[in-house]
Order: sequence, then structure tokens, then C-alpha cells
Amino acid sequence: MNREDFPMLKEDIVYFDNGATTLKPQCVIDKMVDYYSHYTSNIHRGDYEAAIKTNQEYDGVREIVRDFICAKSTSEIVFTKGSTEALNMIVFGYFMHILHSGDEVLIDKAEHASNVLPWYVLQERIGIQVKCISLNEEYELTSTNVEKAITDKTKVVAISHVSNVIGDIRDVNHIGKICHEKGIYFVVDASQAVSHTSIDVVSDHIDFMAFSGHKMMGPTGVGVLYGKYDLLDQMEPLEYGGGMNQFFESDGTYELKLPPTKFEAGTPPIAEVIGLGEAIRYINKIGVSKIREHELNLKKYLISEMEKIDNVILYNKNSESGIVIFNLDHVFSQDTSIYLNHYHIYIRAGNHCTKMLKDDLRIKNTCRVSLYVYNTKEDVDRFVDALKKSYDIFKIVI
Amino acid sequence: MNIVEDKELRREIIVDNYQNPMNRGLVEDSTYLKENTNNESCIDNIDMQLKVVNDIIEDVRFDGEACAISTSATSILIRSLIGKDVMEARRILQNYRNMIEEKEYDQDLLGELVVYDEISKQPNRIKCALLPYHAVCKMLNRLDES
Repeated sequence: MNREDFPMLKEDIVYFDNGATTLKPQCVIDKMVDYYSHYTSNIHRGDYEAAIKTNQEYDGVREIVRDFICAKSTSEIVFTKGSTEALNMIVFGYFMHILHSGDEVLIDKAEHASNVLPWYVLQERIGIQVKCISLNEEYELTSTNVEKAITDKTKVVAISHVSNVIGDIRDVNHIGKICHEKGIYFVVDASQAVSHTSIDVVSDHIDFMAFSGHKMMGPTGVGVLYGKYDLLDQMEPLEYGGGMNQFFESDGTYELKLPPTKFEAGTPPIAEVIGLGEAIRYINKIGVSKIREHELNLKKYLISEMEKIDNVILYNKNSESGIVIFNLDHVFSQDTSIYLNHYHIYIRAGNHCTKMLKDDLRIKNTCRVSLYVYNTKEDVDRFVDALKKSYDIFKIVI
Repeated sequence: MNIVEDKELRREIIVDNYQNPMNRGLVEDSTYLKENTNNESCIDNIDMQLKVVNDIIEDVRFDGEACAISTSATSILIRSLIGKDVMEARRILQNYRNMIEEKEYDQDLLGELVVYDEISKQPNRIKCALLPYHAVCKMLNRLDES
């Protein structure tokens, strides 16, 4: 689907590392080049034509994002460097100031480092208790298990919408309702979910959400922090400087601007924000539901083909996203990845930044195929053919 | 044909040391020094142990998860070091590093380690081949300091 839009696909490659980052369509690249070539200027500072155009483009993306995640207002959309920065802002800008010693934060063992380590640091600093919700026998997070893990002390549930390893799509709507009813904050890392499944922050009762542009066909260096406006209003910035202040005087007095501006100190990633807007326009043209359908169909085909190969061990064949993790029997995952590179097939090997999952999965490292809209059955066939020939793996990797 | 010329033999040595590595498994023994070593850019992660008695390397062991190159290099390096005195061991280590980094080296000192003499052609595997080197050097340095 839409392969001709992606210049990288003119190379002879099979790109199966979309969970790490996605390829960029030409329109996103062109949009950024257009800014650099025709109207480079800073935002919210100049009165000349290029600056006015930049303001319109940059601020316009806030509305595109708002519409994309169904937020109530553009004031709830903060541009960040990516999900990691957004999650750190949520933890250290908001929760560090309202949580107390003994308060519980629930995460799970399949969370990415960026939704684990900030909480661990907060645990160390102010004495909150970070606890893991149990995964089920397929390493998935169910709303029943979330409900079971909640206690009177639970103040926050912080989970990914789609796990970047198991690929299970969590029922954020149900979990959001549970949290809402019990007065628990609901934080969602949507890095692997945006553009793969539809998101409605209002109906899902999401208090804070983070995602990155580069995992949804946008540029690197830009992401989004969504927060309900009254929470953002109370949240403190982690960076102070130009653009985010109302005034400051020589006597030490100052006043900050309102959200989202107070969280965007200094010159933001202007070209990247504009590129992100174009990526969302592109996604909307295809339709998130079509992307999801395509990924699911392709995953089913991929699994059915991989199951035919004797030495393939599959770990998550039933999860409903485009992520498949596997190993070749008695082969270290990195050797498999190096072997596949020989056939110009790009996958990821490792722990995928989810270093706690090994407790449940009982294996530290796996190979991950993560599918996206431009992947095809031909890609799958080429990958499966290479796996079938893997009895010869050491002739290739050594 | 020797190891340097016979590519099939080189591969056999590497695969054999990967699949049946020497001295895999650590021991609970405080007379051993211990060092963890891992690659920042990949996922190899091994623990190594070293026992030196009267300046002689009596035992070297390892455990952990690593790729074919790292694991086999660890195994072959262990075999090369056991029984040597510390000075000889340091010479082997330095020559091994020189070989991996395409500098001048003495092939005669390296024995089976020469199977990695072309690893520099695969830049992403240089770190794999040097993984055990770093661990052993750190332990020898600690020994010197003490």
C-alpha cells in the first residue's frame, strides 16, 4: 500500500523495524525542505511574511494533532522532543509535586524504559511505590489484571497503549473508565499506538498521553505531550527561557505564559513540527482503520508462514498489532538480525528497551518484526524464504 | 592450508567455539576476580572471571548472552590465556587488539585468535570481537593496582 510514496523503498530492502522508527513519505520530507528553502524563520517573534507563514504552519499543527487524538482544545497539545521527554515532563513536572510517600503508581513489566525509569527515580526521591500489574499467560495486560492490582493507595496507572514487544493493544477505554471511577490518574504512552489504532483521549479518560512523531511517518526530534488543560495548568515546566514567559524584571519577578506555551521554552523543532503535521495529514488520507486492518491481515499471513518453519520460536502470535517477536532455535537474536541484513531485511534484535519483560518471557533477547502500512506479502515471502534458508546461518554471519 | 587461508576451517573453529565454548559457567570462589562486560551498541552481555596464582593465569571463565562472534572470541581467548604468565597474557591481548583494529601485530602469538583477522571488514562486529578483551584487561589492571 502506498509504497511509491516512500523514497527509502526504492532501495532493495524489506523494512520491518517500524516499531523503532518508520520510513518517511516524500510529502513529509518535501514539507520540511519547503520550510528550510522558502520560509525559514523563528516562530512567534517576527512580523515579516516568512515569520507569519511559519507561525501559521506551526500553530496549525496543534489543531491537526488535537483533531487526530480527539482532544478538547489545542491548549492541551504540547510539542516535545519525543515521548521520552513528554513522559519525563509528566512525572517530574506534575506528579513529583502532587504525589506523596506511600502513594502507588502501577506500571507493568512490558513497559519501555521511558515509562519505567522516571517513576523509579521518583520512587527514590519522594518515596512513592512503583508496582507492576501482572501480565497474563500470553504476556498481555488485561483490564481485569489492572483492576485487581489497584489498591486504596493507587494514585496513578501508567501504561503503554500498545506494548512495543508483545504488541498487545490494551483496552485503554475500559482501563480509563476504571481509573476515572476510582479517582486515579491515567497516563498513556501511545508511542506504538498512534497511527496504528484510533485514539480518543476524552472518551478514554486519559489524563496525560505521550507519543513520538518519528514512529508515525513524521520526523525525528518531535513528539507530543497531551494533558487535560487543568492538569497542564498546574504542571511545572522543566525548562525555562525565551518564548514561555509573560515577563521578568530585574527585581526577580516573573510570570509564565499559559499552557501549552509555558512548556515550549526556546526555539522549538519548527521544521519537525511542520513535518509532523504533514505526516498526520498523510495518515488521515489513508485512514487509521485501514492501516490497522492492513497490519492485522499481514501479521496473520506472516504468522501462518512462520509457523511452517521448524526452528522458529514465536512468542506473541495472538496479539492484535503488527508486532511479531521470535527467535531461531539456538541462535542468538543479534546473529539472526545480522543474517537477515545479508538479504537486506531490516529487523530489530535485543530486549527492545523493556528489560523487565525477561522475568515473564524467560528470555532476555528476541527478534522483532514490526509491520506497517507499506509492508507487503512480498516482503513477508522474502523474509520467510530467508528464514527457511537459515540452516546456513553461520556461513553468512561468520 | 593453515587457518589464515582456509575460510572453511576458520568458520568451523568459530562455530565450534560458539556452540561449545570453553569454560562457560562461573564459580563461587573469592580467589577469582570478576568483571561484567557489555556492548553499548548491541546486546552482548557477559560476566568473566579470572584467577591468577603466582603470576600465572590459572583459570578464566565466563557466562552470559552474546552473539556468535563475542561468545567464540571469549572461548578462544580463554584457551589462549590459561597457563600464560601475566606479561605473556598482556602481549597476547595487545596483539589481538592490534589485529582487530588493523594495526601491526605478531601472528605467531595469537594461535586460533587469528580467525578474527578480517573482522574489521564488518565494523559493527569489532566491538563483539573485543568484548572479552576489555573484561580481561580490566581484571589484569585491577590485579596490578592491588
